[in-house]
Amino acid sequence: MVLVFQSSGVVMSRSWSHTLDSCNTQPACVLPADVVPFASAWQCGLMLLRDPVHLVSPRAVAYWTVRALPAWIIVLAGELLWLSSPPDDTGPRVVVPAVTVLLAAAHLIVMPRWRYRVHRWEVTSTAVYTQSGWLRQERRIAPLSRVQTVDTERGPLEQLFMLANVTVTTASAAGPLRIHGLDRATAGALVAELTEATSHSQGDAT
Amino acid sequence: MLLVHPVRELGQAIPALVGLVLAGRAMGDGQMWWLGPAGVAVVIAVSVLRWMTTRYRITPEQVQLRTGLLRRKTIATAADRVRTVDVTASALHRVLGLAKVEIGTGSHHLGHGLELDSLTVREAAGLRAELLHSSTAASHDTARATSLGVEPLAGVAAAGDHDAEFELDTGLYQDTELVRMDPRWVRFAPFTMSGVLGAAAILGIGSRILNQSGVSPGDVGPIRGGIAYVERNPIWLDVLQGLVALVVLVTVLSIGGYALSYWGFRLMRHSHGSLHITRGLLTTRAISIEERRLRGVELAEPLLLRAVHGARLRAITTGLKASSGTDGGSSTLLPPAPRGVAREVAAAILGDPAPVEVALIAHGPAAARRRFTRALLGALFLVVATGLAVFSGAPPWFVAAGMLSIPVAILLAADRCRSLGHAVSGHYLVTRAGSLYRRLDVLECDGIIGWNVRQSFFQRRAGLATLTATTAAGRQRYAVLDVPVPMALALAEQALPGLLGDFLTAEATS
Repeated sequence: MVLVFQSSGVVMSRSWSHTLDSCNTQPACVLPADVVPFASAWQCGLMLLRDPVHLVSPRAVAYWTVRALPAWIIVLAGELLWLSSPPDDTGPRVVVPAVTVLLAAAHLIVMPRWRYRVHRWEVTSTAVYTQSGWLRQERRIAPLSRVQTVDTERGPLEQLFMLANVTVTTASAAGPLRIHGLDRATAGALVAELTEATSHSQGDAT
Repeated sequence: MLLVHPVRELGQAIPALVGLVLAGRAMGDGQMWWLGPAGVAVVIAVSVLRWMTTRYRITPEQVQLRTGLLRRKTIATAADRVRTVDVTASALHRVLGLAKVEIGTGSHHLGHGLELDSLTVREAAGLRAELLHSSTAASHDTARATSLGVEPLAGVAAAGDHDAEFELDTGLYQDTELVRMDPRWVRFAPFTMSGVLGAAAILGIGSRILNQSGVSPGDVGPIRGGIAYVERNPIWLDVLQGLVALVVLVTVLSIGGYALSYWGFRLMRHSHGSLHITRGLLTTRAISIEERRLRGVELAEPLLLRAVHGARLRAITTGLKASSGTDGGSSTLLPPAPRGVAREVAAAILGDPAPVEVALIAHGPAAARRRFTRALLGALFLVVATGLAVFSGAPPWFVAAGMLSIPVAILLAADRCRSLGHAVSGHYLVTRAGSLYRRLDVLECDGIIGWNVRQSFFQRRAGLATLTATTAAGRQRYAVLDVPVPMALALAEQALPGLLGDFLTAEATS
């Protein structure tokens, strides 16, 4: 199938993806002059979004592990209950909990460590930048001038691990930036910094 | 004025009153016959009292509403916080020359809106003019600063070929008509879902009434006749007749619904910077949208409507509920209408024809592959499911039906590929996606208050991301689906220059 890319009415060839790869050696690209505002360095120079600078607290790994544990325990308990009912065909009854234990172990070992590598945050003089998730990752960027509230929260489990999370909301219902698994001192300092930075901005931030 | 409340409340109280009358008959051998009339009298008295105890006051700073006899309630809102003033008049209101004024403050909590029922039409129009004027005047300076994409009347004259018709309305307004409903637009009604929903509702309610009344359908003369007729005919004739009947029912209902909601639709631009919509056949509505709260438009083209070259237009504004009831909600800027008209109206509202006409940038082969993979996986699931069903005893034509989903999925994916695209045009971010419900979103860049870049596992492998612009208006989020990462960053940087600057790097770090 031939796919045609259109940019400001100019038809580009299907070699666009090659262009991306080979842009550094062909800085002029194949783009005509009238689409320059879009096609300049951004499209050709393989610009990428870098990770935010700061990692969260290492204790977050334990916290995520413990938080994911109850769901697996409930599933396993249900299966064990089923296993202890009158026996007739023990084959699948042993296999299913065994598979569950394997899955749970994999999830509990991989997920928190993966999350720890992904969950990052950064505050500059103009913007807040967060990254979260593991299989599905999301990066959120909001300008400080549009920040409306800054909260910090410590749930019971987070208190146990001496952690806190910080939520930065904007006027959009779609865009709260959450940073989970910060240690308390960092969270406190971050809230103070954000409150100070946003108190200077004007307007209703819509 | 005194009549609306009692009539409506009597209507609402009918079930209770019927209960009272029945109870009166049953108790005391007819000695309690007065229960029913007494109930009616109480309802009327209560509603008259409600009317007598409701007062409103409008000062330059505040709008106040006080209600209640035993439990008094006062609602006050700052006049410059008034975002919308809607005037609604039901058939009963109109017979009596009355109208209801709803004052919206952008608060999403229920019960926070101010509702002034049963003002005279003249009072309602005056009140609306006064409220909107004070609200606009109070924030005129900020309006100048924020409404970058909104151009005054000159833009309309240049952009549209509508006859710019000037007229004086209630002595305060100078309006330019942007569009007026053409009765021929009713032809688009059957291609919307409203008729299908209406038919489903009628069938549902009908079957429930039959169930509850305890009458077996076979006992009713006409229905018995109908069943006998159906049984006499061969099955293909029954199916054919049923289909025809259904199509006729849906068509009639959707045309009726369209006419009820949108008859006499007019969209006007007021020189103070607001859009005015009046519409409705029996219940008339007048809706105002302040242009400084307008952040863009959504051009929706559901598949059926697209097939007949129709489209509908909706406003993206802050402080309007995004609800889309049967009549399209208050953010409707144009009912289903010819696509050309929808584009012209959008251009006139935005003050710039470019955003709706611009050629969109496609998202590339990876995004296209993803469309096909996802559609075909869904179809494959159906085939396997139907196969299993047949394996466990279902009739074999199940599999054929499952197989049919494969070509449908391919067509759907191809169409979704064609729809996918984005652009930055002037001050607007333009993004389009979808097939069954294709939508072109035109969002003012100044209204964007942040970016969410989401990548699933498979999107990361394909080098794609879903870039979501968050905003305080409309749906709160407008997504550019499955766009190659460098393209997404270029787009974000072009729409809001400088925000990403600190976080960009020339090489991969992750």
